Amino acid sequence: MTVELEPQTFRVTRADLVRYAGASGDFNPIHWSDRIATGVGLPGVIAHGMFTMALVGRAVTTWAGAADAVVEFSVRFSRPVPVPDTDEGTDVVVSASVKEVTDEGHTRLSLTATCNGDKVLSMAQALIRKR
Amino acid sequence: MPLDQSFVGRSWPPTEPYLVGREKIREFARAIGATDAEYHDPEAARALGYADVVAPPTFPVAITMPASREVVADPALGVDYSRVVHGDQRFAYTRPVVAGDALVCVNTVEEILSRGGHEFLTTRTDVTTEAGEPVVTVWSKLVVRGDS
Repeated sequence: MTVELEPQTFRVTRADLVRYAGASGDFNPIHWSDRIATGVGLPGVIAHGMFTMALVGRAVTTWAGAADAVVEFSVRFSRPVPVPDTDEGTDVVVSASVKEVTDEGHTRLSLTATCNGDKVLSMAQALIRKR
Repeated sequence: MPLDQSFVGRSWPPTEPYLVGREKIREFARAIGATDAEYHDPEAARALGYADVVAPPTFPVAITMPASREVVADPALGVDYSRVVHGDQRFAYTRPVVAGDALVCVNTVEEILSRGGHEFLTTRTDVTTEAGEPVVTVWSKLVVRGDS
């Protein structure tokens, strides 16, 4: 039996990337300069991979019910998340299914994040402590 | 240029302690839109059993990414940072980070792979208290894209 958790949608704008750059200390210009992003072959400014992972982390902690319930959390960044310079920005949709309950009673979630219908993460999962 | 394989297995001395500030956790939580009270309000956090405001799960990268620069930026390793993209990221938590923690990082190069014209560098950063109590272990895989 597969249990699907309620998907969560996160709006991402350029302002969010600027704020995340400041808070995280990751000032790589591909996350704020279209000139530099297109110069290295990207479609334009893209979200920090770690910003996308942070949004997935919000979804995981919401599902888990507590910040300290997360035992392990891992992702592979398989596609960039382009963030257009518009008021609307873009949406990242995070969904999850329960993959297994381990011998210790932890719940393993298989995670999916999509942007414009494309999966932007692969092999994403979280292990949640029983509360 | 291939990365220097002799770095595999090498560890660096512990970094200077990073003092986790309450305002830094609040700033990070605001930046990712995490509005729950335990990230912002010490009383709410204590009521849930934390010593002070608690950090969201990906907060440790704000500490480990700068700490791992001593590895990634070593010219002898040979990483061209302008060609780097983030491949994988993994956290294994012993406990969450809370405000007031003084955290020390030990970086290790776990793996260097060459595949399809790209180089893959996996670093592990063990994050502990100054007394050596484990807090979180953080793995990052960076991809150094080839010329093609």
